[in-house]
Amino acid sequence: MRQHSAFKVVGLHLAVIVAFFLAQFVLPDYHHLAVTRVMILAIFALGYNLLFGYTGLLSLGHALFFAAGLYGAGLTAFHLGWSVPAAFAAGVGAGFFASLVIGVVALRTSGVAFMIVTMMFSQVAYLASLYFTTYTRGEEGLVMPEAARHFDLFGVTFSLTDPSLRYNIALLLLAVTLIVVLIVVRGPMGRVLIAIRENEPRTLMLGYNTFLIKLKAFVISGTISSIAGAAYALLFAYVGSSFASIQYSIEALLFTLLGGAGTVLGPVLGTFAMFYLIDIVSGFTAAYLLVTGIALIALVLFFPKGILGTIRERWMTWLP
Amino acid sequence: MAAVTLLHTKGLSRRFGGLKAVQNVDFDLKQGEIRALIGPNGAGKTTFVSLLSGRIVPTEGHVFFEGEEVTGDPAWRRVRKGIAYTFQITSVYAKLTAYENVALAAQSALSRSGAVRKKDLDRAIAEAIEKVGLSDRARMKAGELSYGHQRLLEVAMGLALRPKLLMLDEPTQGLSDAEIDNFCALVRDIARNATILLIEHNMPVVMQLADSITVLNAGEILANGTPAEIRANPAVQAAYLGS
Repeated sequence: MRQHSAFKVVGLHLAVIVAFFLAQFVLPDYHHLAVTRVMILAIFALGYNLLFGYTGLLSLGHALFFAAGLYGAGLTAFHLGWSVPAAFAAGVGAGFFASLVIGVVALRTSGVAFMIVTMMFSQVAYLASLYFTTYTRGEEGLVMPEAARHFDLFGVTFSLTDPSLRYNIALLLLAVTLIVVLIVVRGPMGRVLIAIRENEPRTLMLGYNTFLIKLKAFVISGTISSIAGAAYALLFAYVGSSFASIQYSIEALLFTLLGGAGTVLGPVLGTFAMFYLIDIVSGFTAAYLLVTGIALIALVLFFPKGILGTIRERWMTWLP
Repeated sequence: MAAVTLLHTKGLSRRFGGLKAVQNVDFDLKQGEIRALIGPNGAGKTTFVSLLSGRIVPTEGHVFFEGEEVTGDPAWRRVRKGIAYTFQITSVYAKLTAYENVALAAQSALSRSGAVRKKDLDRAIAEAIEKVGLSDRARMKAGELSYGHQRLLEVAMGLALRPKLLMLDEPTQGLSDAEIDNFCALVRDIARNATILLIEHNMPVVMQLADSITVLNAGEILANGTPAEIRANPAVQAAYLGS
């Protein structure tokens, strides 16, 4: 029975990746770009969900890790003229380091205090990005130089101005992240993460060093978020302070809640649905935030488990 | 045959503000025995085992396990050294299946000796679940099990940890007479491979299972002895019945 469900799980996730791959051949230009963005933001939500959905830690500061990736890649490319792969690595490294340091401090707290501590760290980063305006240009931001729009790999030159290449890089990163999350969640570590979410004192009494395990989850989550940030900076050639603001932390939470916290594909679905909801509504009214707000209140009231969480509960109990 | 001391405490004390919950307790537990810890309400039994398991830090004194000091070890590390504790208030993962509950314990035990192989894990889980007789309920959510079955699940989790010392905190509380009989048989079975410290109110269960009994009163050890000795001890009678 377990073998059978493992087959279904792998099949479903492969099908999602293949669907994204095939979509690029039929999507019109506008949606082609939109889906590229959705895929990058979905990586951010996947990272967020690992901490919030699986470990039960509600962070209100994940914009910081997205921004660590964004600025780590953007600043090194802009000021130091680093190549695209090097700048990307710098962004991910910055995210890893930031999540390790902040995790050690923030995980000394839990519950509401954890939310506040993560939010405060994130505010510090946001304000710092405005303060060091000489380097960051604050809200106005930086546009990546021409040199950071191309890179050579294995003797081939790639141009990031090519929409098709951007789409497939985003897809590759999404696919890798999805596979990593799936392995973590379905493996021994995922089992302990869920146990911490459900009852941390009990998990401690089963011989698990819960602090260390939470720190691992925090670092993986933060690093995945920074992958999204670094990719965003390099693919869309823009780096600005607004990405470090609290709104981005909240968005990761909303994407996850909408799709279903604690489901692997939930954040991907949630990002997709939320992105297009805003997109469609803003075509009718400038008050699109009001409409999405109402939609979300309804969602939390009637579908607190999100789209996939509800589907899993009612029909597809094998869903990871 | 010289019995090996598994656990030993020296001058163990814990104060909560002005309240001396446990004071100056010297306690020895021999390998392989079933020891009962009894005492009137508020005698400090749960505080004492919490000091042993590491859930509470002592104000003074030392705890030794297998000759090694563990006083400074956090609870999770003591569990990994072989000190398991089953909760007085049932504390299973209600939303997870019985199988997953036991899997968490088994995975912890197996990870002590390197990487966890799926085959070993499956076998360890099946063994523990079978021993407590929950095999046909393994796929049910723990929260949907009856109270008695949840208590058995707690024991299965304790077993799957492969402890050297298993501390059972009021395990028969809330069980029916028939369930209690099964439970006693189960404890005897477990005792073949582990030392057991049983905190229990139910005197027939204590008298039936224990090799020896320690009586705690007002945070201090009042008496140590065989069930027959304890029953005949006037100080114990006075503590229970009032003088």
